[in-house]
Formats: sequence, C-alpha cells, structure tokens
Amino acid sequence: MVISYILLFAWAFVVLFPLYWLAVTSLKTPLDVNAGPFYIPFRDFQPNLDNWHYIFVDLGEDTFRPYLNTVVVGLTSTAITVLLGSMAAYGLVRMRYQVRLGAIAGFAAGVAVAVVLMIFRTPWLLAAVAGLAFFVLLLQTVARRGRRAVGNDDIAFWMISQRMLPPVAVVIPIYVFFQQLSLLDTWGALIITYVAVHLPIVVWLMRDYLQSIPLELEESAAIDGASPYRVFRSIVLPLAVPGLVATFLFVLVFAWNEYLIALFLTSSNAQTLPLTVAAQNATRGPQWWYMSVLILIMITPVIAMAIALERFIARGLLVGAVKG
Amino acid sequence: MSSQTSERVLRAATSRWRPIGARLDRSAGSVFILPAVLVILGFSIFPLLASLYVSLSRLSFSEGGVDLKFVGLDNYAKLIVGVDQTHFLGVVGPITPVSIAVLAAAYGLLALLLYRYITGPNRTAGGLVGRVVTVVIAGALLWLIANTILTSGRPGTLVVTIVYVGVDVAVQYLLGLGLALLVVQHLPGRRFFRVVFLLPMMITPVGVAYLFQMLTDTSKGPLYPLWARFGLTDVSWVTNPWGARLAVMIGDVWQWTPFIFIILLAAIETLPHELVEAAVVDGASRWNVFWRITFPQILPATTTVVLIRLIEGFKIIDLPNVLTNGGPGTATESLTLHAYTIWRALDIGGSAAVAYMLLLLVTFVSVTYVNLFRRRVAALT
Repeated sequence: MVISYILLFAWAFVVLFPLYWLAVTSLKTPLDVNAGPFYIPFRDFQPNLDNWHYIFVDLGEDTFRPYLNTVVVGLTSTAITVLLGSMAAYGLVRMRYQVRLGAIAGFAAGVAVAVVLMIFRTPWLLAAVAGLAFFVLLLQTVARRGRRAVGNDDIAFWMISQRMLPPVAVVIPIYVFFQQLSLLDTWGALIITYVAVHLPIVVWLMRDYLQSIPLELEESAAIDGASPYRVFRSIVLPLAVPGLVATFLFVLVFAWNEYLIALFLTSSNAQTLPLTVAAQNATRGPQWWYMSVLILIMITPVIAMAIALERFIARGLLVGAVKG
Repeated sequence: MSSQTSERVLRAATSRWRPIGARLDRSAGSVFILPAVLVILGFSIFPLLASLYVSLSRLSFSEGGVDLKFVGLDNYAKLIVGVDQTHFLGVVGPITPVSIAVLAAAYGLLALLLYRYITGPNRTAGGLVGRVVTVVIAGALLWLIANTILTSGRPGTLVVTIVYVGVDVAVQYLLGLGLALLVVQHLPGRRFFRVVFLLPMMITPVGVAYLFQMLTDTSKGPLYPLWARFGLTDVSWVTNPWGARLAVMIGDVWQWTPFIFIILLAAIETLPHELVEAAVVDGASRWNVFWRITFPQILPATTTVVLIRLIEGFKIIDLPNVLTNGGPGTATESLTLHAYTIWRALDIGGSAAVAYMLLLLVTFVSVTYVNLFRRRVAALT
C-alpha cells in the first residue's frame, strides 16, 4: 500500500509539475523567465500579475472574442455531434440495416459522373445535381437487383475508418468548399466541420453504451404504442445519461483544443483559443509567459466540468467503451 | 354540437394523419442513421477524391487563381525514387551485424506465421492472398526500419512516424494500465488521482508542445540543475537526433497516457469481483490473479483503446513542429509535419501525396491490427 501511494504520488507529480510551472511562469516577468529557472514565488522571484493584465486588459477584445468563439463552437458542435451520433448509434444497435452493394456501386457511379463533369469545367452545383440524378436513376432501376449487402458492423467500421484520414489531407478541399459557400471565418464552418470529424467517435462510444440498456423497457413501451422516436427520447436517452456525459466531455475536449482545422478555416472573426496560444510565438521567440496565462484560462472551464462530471465519466465508460 | 360530431371530426383528422405518422415510424431506421451518414459522407468522399486528384497534379498559383495540371504519379515518384526520397524514406546505411540479426529474426517470425497459416486447417484463397500481401508490406517496412535506424543511415519521416507511434502507444499502454491498476485499489483519495491523471489530456496539443519546449530548455527550464550536473547546459540536447525524438515522445506520452488510463480504469472497475476473490482465497499470487483473470477480461477494451491511439498517433504534428521544428535537419519530422512543410512551400500536390502515403500506412497498420488482434479477441469473448 505504501508502494502504491509512492507510485501514485510520483505520477501525480509528473502530471502536476508542468501545470505548476505554467502557473508560476504566468506570474513572472519576461526577465525572470529568461534569467534562469526560478521555482518558488516570493522566495526566488517577485510574482506579479502583469501577464494577466496584458491578456485580459491590453489584449482584451483579442482574448475574449476567441474565448467566446471557442465556447460557442465547442458547445454547439459537441451538442449536435452527440445528438446525431447517439441517434445513429441507436439505429446501429437496435435496427438492422442492409445496404445493397448495388446501391453503393450506384453511389460511386454518381460520384464519378459528378467528378467527370467537374473535370470538364461544369459548374460544381450542376455537376452535383447531375451525379445525384444519376445515382437516383440507378437506385430505382439496376441497384435493386443485387443480393449482397453490407450490415451494421460494416457501416460502423466505415464510420471509424474516416478518422484515419490525416487532417492535412482533407483540410484544403474543406477550405475550398467553405470558400465557395463564402462561409470562411464563421462559426458555421467550424461547427459543421467539427461535427463531421467527431461523429465517428460518438457513434463508436455510444454504440457500445446503448447496447447495455435492457431491451425489455423499450419493447414494453413499443407495445404500449410509443413510436420509435418516443422510445428513443423518453426511455433510451434518459437511461444513457452517464454514457452521454462521458462522450460529451471527450468530444468537447477535442473540439475545444482543435488547432489545424481552425487554422485553415478562420482568420480573425471566428478564431479560436488554440490559435491565440500559438500566436504568442512572436518573432523574438515564444512568449511563454503569455502562453501560460492563455493555457490556464483555457483549461479551467474544462477542468471544472471534469470535476463536476467525474462520477458520470466513470459510470459512463463503465459500460460504454468496455465492450469494444 | 353533440360530442358525437366532435368525435367524428377527430376520427377524420386522425385518419388523415395516421398514414404519415405510420410511414415516419416505419422508416425510423433511416431517420436515425441518415443524418450521421450524410454528414460523414459529405465530409469524407469529397475531400478524399479532391486530395487524391490534387496529389496527382501540380498546383501552381497563376495570376488571378490557381492552375491545376495533371502530372500522373510524379508526386509519388518524387517521394519514393526522386528528389524527396531521403526526406521521406531516409538514407540506407551499410549493413551491420545488428541490423542483419534483427531483420533475420523478424523475417523468421513472419515466415513462421505464414507457414502456420498455410499448414493450418482453415485457410482460404482470399485469406492467403491477404496474408501474403501483409507479409510483403511488413517485410519491406521492417527492412527500411532496420537499415536506416540500426545502421549509420538516417531514417526518413516514414520511419520516424512509425517509431513515434510504436514507442508512444506501447509506453502509454503500459503506464496507463499500471496507473489504472493502482487507482482501482480502494485507497482513500482515489477520486483525486482520477481527476488529476486526466488533466494532461485537456490541454490543447499546441499548448502542450510549447509547455514542453519550456520544460526541456537546457538553460532556463526547470530541469536546469539536472542538465548542469551532467554538464549538458551548453549542448542544446535538441540538436541530437535521438534526444530530440525522445523529447517529442515524452511529450506525447505525457499527454495521451490519461486516455488509455481512463478507459482501462473503467474496464477494470466493471469486472465482477467474485473471480478475483476466489482466486485470492485459493492462494493465488497477485501476479497470477492479474495475468490469468484480470488481463484476459480487459483484452477487448485493450484492443479498442490501442486501435484508437494507433489511428490518432499517426497524425502527430504539433509536438515535433513546435518543440524541434522538425529538426535537427528533418530528424523529428513526422509524416503529417512533412506534408505540412511541403504545403507551406506551396507544393500542394506533393503535400497531398505525402498525406495519401500516410493514409495508406494508417490503413495498412489498422487493418493488420484488426485482423491480427481484434478479431481473435472478439472470438475469445
């Protein structure tokens, strides 16, 4: 038991020391930071709130706007992701899907038509409509004949496989896409992209979690005449609260901290906090003292949520992620 | 107006509405899954095709717009046999006894696995082809790793990324598992540890990168006394390739061990106590209890969380970019950073080609991993 505590405190030290260093650095003057390592305020150096003053007052608007952006984009995208993701996860757990291979091939053919049209300089909207029309045509005629189909597990794996795309590979087309819609540098562009990027994680975590909810409750509600939507809203969702909360926190952390996509899609209006942190790397080298303040004000709300929701996280993952 | 009339009116109304409601109910399956499928489809198919096309062309900025010229596989050829070969694949050094020994052992293992499958009872033609392809690709990657790392050669971004992912995921898993086993004991204060151990995950990766830049600074970082003791204050140890890589890996381990920790903790806490208690009563050692009872039961969670970390780990960029700027030279560059630096040099096509090579690598590793471990574990449980 003594050994356990020694090990636990050792790792707690490894985790907390960098955070402590952030805290003391945020109280140092640039001179103190550069003069060498000073560990303990008041004994080694005279702490002051200059950096905090700079971030909150001098930068003022340039701190609060990204902060607001981060809060709005993070919370909205996470809420939408968790809603859509748990609906899809519920479908994957309780319904049986069979997508005919013919339909998938038809879709691929539709995409191919659109791509070919675009190569021949057709306006993208027209090409997309033509591709869609071709797909619907195939769907109504040829695609129904095939027997082979993909099932729920294949759909789930397809969704997960979307996480394998490195962001640098997809971010340029997404940039062009939002440029065409003139949505660059808006909340909307970031929210839509984050929803798409994080949906697979939600589907995956919630699928395992929803599987553990007893089927009997849903069945008896259905027998009493409740529609599938009613069952989902009044029975499944309330029972899934721990799993929902755990997933919400995970996805919020990802959206809150995302850097690369935000770098491409925003400039000044919709800029989020990770960009503000990186922007403190000035020509004279990184201004660690300002970064420390920013990182600290950035993680505070997330930590507060984590502490408040800690018992949910444990219970949520308890059943959720375990089944694989 | 009698109640009869209103009842009739009501019935007429419901009968008109019922078909729509019933129809909606019948298509509930589609309604549940379609929004997610459409969003994912929209954001995967189009970018995937677009960057595939870009990777096959040369993009140049001309007056008033961009000019896209189809160049076939040129961008890929540049990486594998052309000017960017040393950057991407590295420099192969002359063979050494160590590299030969390691390669021989690895190839022997691959051959043994293939032989066991061929002589095994349930082989199929498709399975055989898949395994031969896997063995060939794995053999090529191993050859590249052994001949760039274990010799006087220089590993390229491909090998560096594989090293990052391999070392990081292994260390993160061992640490995460150890911490989960420690916290799961009913010690007072475990809620404190549970929250504290999660903290690194919540910091933005860019922030973690700058934080580690601050911590590893040899002249004004907090570890200065340590460097001073070993006389390392003047040599910026980030100029040493393996020192720099180690710094990147330490940062990654620090940030992502919590992820594995929390999921394994949840997995262990759900296990029924009876088995463990019975084993303890029978006098089993703690090591035996863990190895024979706990570990097999958390295998499913293990394989899931390792797969997530594998996929995410391959995308590492912030730490090498900020901490070492990919240097010294290109020693710490990961594939994502490689794609990013080429992109900044406005070679968009080459950047997309690197990103596609990364996609192929991740797909290969994930599919092999799933076939090798996850299916087998799923069959066990």
